[in-house]
Amino acid sequence: MTVTAAPARSPLYALDDGDLRSLLLIRHFERALLHLFEQGVLSGTTHTCLGQEYIPVALSALLRDADFVFSNHRGHGHFLARHPDPHGLLAEIMGREGALCGGVGGSQHIYHRRFLSTGVQGESLPVATGVALKLAGTGALACAYIGDGTWGEGAVYEALNMASLWRVPLLVVVEHNGIAQSTPTSAQMAGTIAARAAAFGVRHHHVSSTDAGEIRQILAPLIDAVRTEPSPLVVEFATHRLGPHSKGDDTRPPEEIRRAAESDWYDRYAEADPERFARIDREQRELVERVVAEVSARPHARPGGAA
Amino acid sequence: MTRVSEHLNQALHDLMESDPSVHLLGEDVGDPYGGAFKVTRGLSGRFGSRVRSTPLSEGAIAGVGAGLALAGDKAIVEIMFADFVALAFDQITNFAAKSTSMYGRPVPVPLVVRCPTGGNRGYGPTHSQNPQKHFIGVPGLSLFEMTPFHDAGELFARMFGLGRPCLFFEDKVLYTRQMHRVDDLFRYELVDDVARVYLDGAGRPDCTLVTHGGLVHRTLDAMRALLLEDELVCELLVPAQLYPVPRLPGLEDAPHVCVVDDGTEGGTWAAEVATALYPRLWDRLRRPITLVNSADRVIPAAPHLEREVLVQADSIRAAVREALS
Repeated sequence: MTVTAAPARSPLYALDDGDLRSLLLIRHFERALLHLFEQGVLSGTTHTCLGQEYIPVALSALLRDADFVFSNHRGHGHFLARHPDPHGLLAEIMGREGALCGGVGGSQHIYHRRFLSTGVQGESLPVATGVALKLAGTGALACAYIGDGTWGEGAVYEALNMASLWRVPLLVVVEHNGIAQSTPTSAQMAGTIAARAAAFGVRHHHVSSTDAGEIRQILAPLIDAVRTEPSPLVVEFATHRLGPHSKGDDTRPPEEIRRAAESDWYDRYAEADPERFARIDREQRELVERVVAEVSARPHARPGGAA
Repeated sequence: MTRVSEHLNQALHDLMESDPSVHLLGEDVGDPYGGAFKVTRGLSGRFGSRVRSTPLSEGAIAGVGAGLALAGDKAIVEIMFADFVALAFDQITNFAAKSTSMYGRPVPVPLVVRCPTGGNRGYGPTHSQNPQKHFIGVPGLSLFEMTPFHDAGELFARMFGLGRPCLFFEDKVLYTRQMHRVDDLFRYELVDDVARVYLDGAGRPDCTLVTHGGLVHRTLDAMRALLLEDELVCELLVPAQLYPVPRLPGLEDAPHVCVVDDGTEGGTWAAEVATALYPRLWDRLRRPITLVNSADRVIPAAPHLEREVLVQADSIRAAVREALS
């Protein structure tokens, strides 16, 4: 199956300043991380969500405070769209004072209020099902982000089976960017995600739009049904990863990388509203520059002093 | 007289009645079946949706339990046969245990994973194992085991009080034995966590044995034979908490220590106990601590072959005699 996000076109729905800020904060934050890696300042690894920022930003308007969000290895955007705290997140990634999790978790293991990320693929789905079991009937839901590659993990199916049997409010958001690290979907997935969800009697909705406003309009009634019925739902986004899997490990041919770039929201929003976009773009770029400068100057974090 | 399985069943009834935040999940735990070993009998009828018979999904059950714990409740998960806990290894070690400390501050995960353990019932290689050793030394994870001497209700309260996931082993053979009953030659007392079984009126024992709940009766049989036929006096220590290894009382006078563990040889709980004891007893021990384990083989189904692999009373007796000879 070829994953094709919507071609570049003018946004159907204008974004407010807050949404644009959120999108651009994530974009500049991720770019800054790759830059910091190039400088040799960051340790370990990091997985940026360049190109996929619109998904958590679109969803942030549909999620409520009482909802629990489970994120994965590529989670900076999920976090920043829900909690705009680039200082705490960067401090966590850099192991500096004010780190969200005292520097123990790093890029992939964040727990803040009702946001939790962990680094083993698919591991969070049973946990999210347990949380959703507790939330059922309260109107709140558990939202778990996974990638297309995660559908190779058995935990996904064990959890979907239970979530459907037990009618729990579980929203599974699939960021299908067509590639699992370096392995294209065609080489790692038989059949389709839609058919797999159908096998468990779980509703599935495919989203090809990259327009946050349009996505919200489509998903609002579906997510409402997750809360009120309650019932699980799989929302599969056809999206593109603009950057490498982690730091510099992009093995895709140039034409494929170019195709991914063509679906990027950045130029589209810039063209649609040049003056406002340029203003907020500059504002967020400078904000991230200040965050990097300030956090880099902090002393090392000590566990136990988590923010 | 109460059988261990009935005692556990009553403890679960009491716990679920006194604490409405406790959930119980597992394969076939609901009535009228009441669990493969009947330990959960009567719970689903009384506590409704807080007791769930689940699909065959050990990993997800452990994960769901961790999710309930994360959301502020408490969860007991039954793994039908302890061997199958391997299917939940990721959820237990990588999620539940790590989550208590990898987010920079303590995150409580009150989750107890019950594992019916051990052999001598002819269930064969995939239904007879004691997987304790695979979970020793996992940061954030504690290991406990049911014994005939410890109150199960107190153990559940203690495990939940830790705020970290616990594996709770229950020997399948122990289920059928009586609580609080020892061989008529011996008496027992509880010293904090540890049951001390001793010969009334005897002075310093020739050997102090350390074992876990499932091996208590086989070890007592060995102690009886050692006393009556070999004139060797043994004392027995049985901790309910297996890991981290608790302080074991009264060993200062022990001329010899023998740890008996039904895990297969190599990387065992017995080795962990010995490691904990050596720094404390080094200058008093006359010889290395004896480790008695099951053989480094799979556990056969045929009873005569199974017997050869698993620790039995005569193998414990032989090990003690040889060490003291």
